[in-house]
Amino acid sequence: MKEPFSIIRSTCIPIAIDNCNTDLIIPARYLASTTRDAKFFGDAFMHDLRFDADGMPIADFVMNQPAYAETPHRGVHEIIVAGANWGSGSSREHAAWAIAGYGVRVVVSSSFADIHRNNLLNNFVLPVVVSPSFQQELFETIASNPDSLVEVDVPRQQITNLATGRSEHFDINGYKKYCLMNALDDIDFLLENQDKIKAWEEKR
Amino acid sequence: MNTLFDKIWDAHVIQNVEDGPTQLYIDRLYVHEVTSPQAFDTLRDKGLKVHRPKQIYAMPDHNTPSDQQERIDDPIGRKQVEALQRNCKEFGICHFAMGSRDNGIIHVVGPEKGLSLPGMTIVCGDSHTSTHGAVGAIAMGIGTSEVTQVLASQCILQSKPKTMRINIEGTLPKGTTAKDVALYIMAQMTTSGATGYAVEYAGSTIRSMSMEGRLTLSNLSIEMGSRAGLIAPDEITFAYLKDREYAPKGEAWDKAVEEWKKLKSDDDAVFDKEVTYRAEDIAPRITYGTNPGAGIPVDGCIPTLEEVSEAERPQLAAQLEYMQFKPGQRLEGTPVDYVFLGACTNGRIEDFRAFASVVKGHRKASNVVAWLVPGSWSVRQQIVDEGIDKILEEAGFELRLPSCSACLAMNPDKVPAGKLAISTSNRNFVGRQGPGARTVLASPLTVAASAITGVITDVRTLLVES
Repeated sequence: MKEPFSIIRSTCIPIAIDNCNTDLIIPARYLASTTRDAKFFGDAFMHDLRFDADGMPIADFVMNQPAYAETPHRGVHEIIVAGANWGSGSSREHAAWAIAGYGVRVVVSSSFADIHRNNLLNNFVLPVVVSPSFQQELFETIASNPDSLVEVDVPRQQITNLATGRSEHFDINGYKKYCLMNALDDIDFLLENQDKIKAWEEKR
Repeated sequence: MNTLFDKIWDAHVIQNVEDGPTQLYIDRLYVHEVTSPQAFDTLRDKGLKVHRPKQIYAMPDHNTPSDQQERIDDPIGRKQVEALQRNCKEFGICHFAMGSRDNGIIHVVGPEKGLSLPGMTIVCGDSHTSTHGAVGAIAMGIGTSEVTQVLASQCILQSKPKTMRINIEGTLPKGTTAKDVALYIMAQMTTSGATGYAVEYAGSTIRSMSMEGRLTLSNLSIEMGSRAGLIAPDEITFAYLKDREYAPKGEAWDKAVEEWKKLKSDDDAVFDKEVTYRAEDIAPRITYGTNPGAGIPVDGCIPTLEEVSEAERPQLAAQLEYMQFKPGQRLEGTPVDYVFLGACTNGRIEDFRAFASVVKGHRKASNVVAWLVPGSWSVRQQIVDEGIDKILEEAGFELRLPSCSACLAMNPDKVPAGKLAISTSNRNFVGRQGPGARTVLASPLTVAASAITGVITDVRTLLVES
């Protein structure tokens, strides 16, 4: 799961749902599990939009359409282009586990909910914030040709719609960028700073 | 010129990482069974200890049944609740077991035990942790990776959010509660209107609001996108916290209150955003859609497709299709199948008093299944002590046992597919109360009125009669 980030060039899955909350990303009944199995959560990703009550695929949901049904692997569907305010609601990190477990490495949207955004980063899924017009153009590009490629260049902090050539810079702080490019966790950083924590507690 | 948020934040900064987040010290971590098992597993994997176990309190609430608490029938949920107990024992964390008189919904128990105090930084793997901000604390929901970090180091790495002040001025009209205020604000600013901000609630309406009401308001901050909703502590806060089990006592209390009185935004504090609403404008509210911002006054009509922008039309249509409502429809008078009083939003004593005040002398409508679920054993005891249980019983209602219950379909209290629930909980998302369940959010007063008529009811029509 922890693969260092550099440049990702991939086709995309468009999930054009605004305010898609984490209850939709993974329904509560999958939260009772104590497992850390990536596949368990990946299989539950968008479950109730993908499958009906009998477990049969819902044909018109985007992830079940032939052009987008292939599960992600290098260069294919590693990027989700999502609607605005992606990941609102519940703090459940299971939503990030579902996205990571499905095989997605980048989620692109015009806005993310705060807690989910952190959860994605802590699971080595990169949230990329783009302008609404860039997002809209991506949806149009993908709809006209699902094989269209998008490039996410982490070192240069740039996302490019390769079909149109349009690029945008995206924000990520230097610390997090270093973590992503070197597959480092926040917990590693905090443990290295144990002395600072104890000193702070004593002086308080 | 500092805001309340700045003051508490600055007092907890261990370091600002260069071109990165702040390493923030956490005073209190709450842990529940759903978002913690993987965190404890990670500790074990890495061979780590819990850094400050005495600052951490744990309790199961999501999986606990509300009809009996002898056992959990669902094997997966049971395993999760057992895992919490085992993990707490292994790592030396105080655990309030299911069925014990200390147990309840984490966001109800924390403030009522005096574990959440002014000036603290508080986190929990639960988005409704914003609740605790009502006592004058920075309280935020976090993910499980961050729970691991706090367990191991009592710190998290966070970028400082922007600040917003929401002022509510004036006197709330009859029938309007803190819940309605929150639903009103969400409808005004949408469910992402406060994303990226920590919100401080202020103004004369807030100053005269009870502690229970403030907890309801702060609870719903996340439904506007804000991780933290603070209210400056005042005499109402101090009166609520005094003599609580874990609150400071005697001289320590007096000293603490002196410090807590300094916890307010300076007169010249500058917020990144500031909005003001009039209390008089806020009627009892209901939601019609599948996000909490999709709301109207209880006697109002759902917007027509023409009334919303072209961009919003497909979303409105999709929400109404799920809810089986029509554009422009008036919802008052719509039959309801289920009513739910409870959750971390409205599971406190004041909510049960409000509900009882409406149903007293009436009977529960026969078409309605009612779940009345106290937020904690302490709330349940107070309901009994005040004789509220008798009023409820005489009106045909049964008081259940403390649990998150029908808020989120993780225990036996699920609303069946297609059924319509009017609920005091916090989310009306697709499938939130059970696959296919339809949820209308409202206040305890509105839910009570609807419970006795069997249809969505404007509580003010009953208040006039009595």
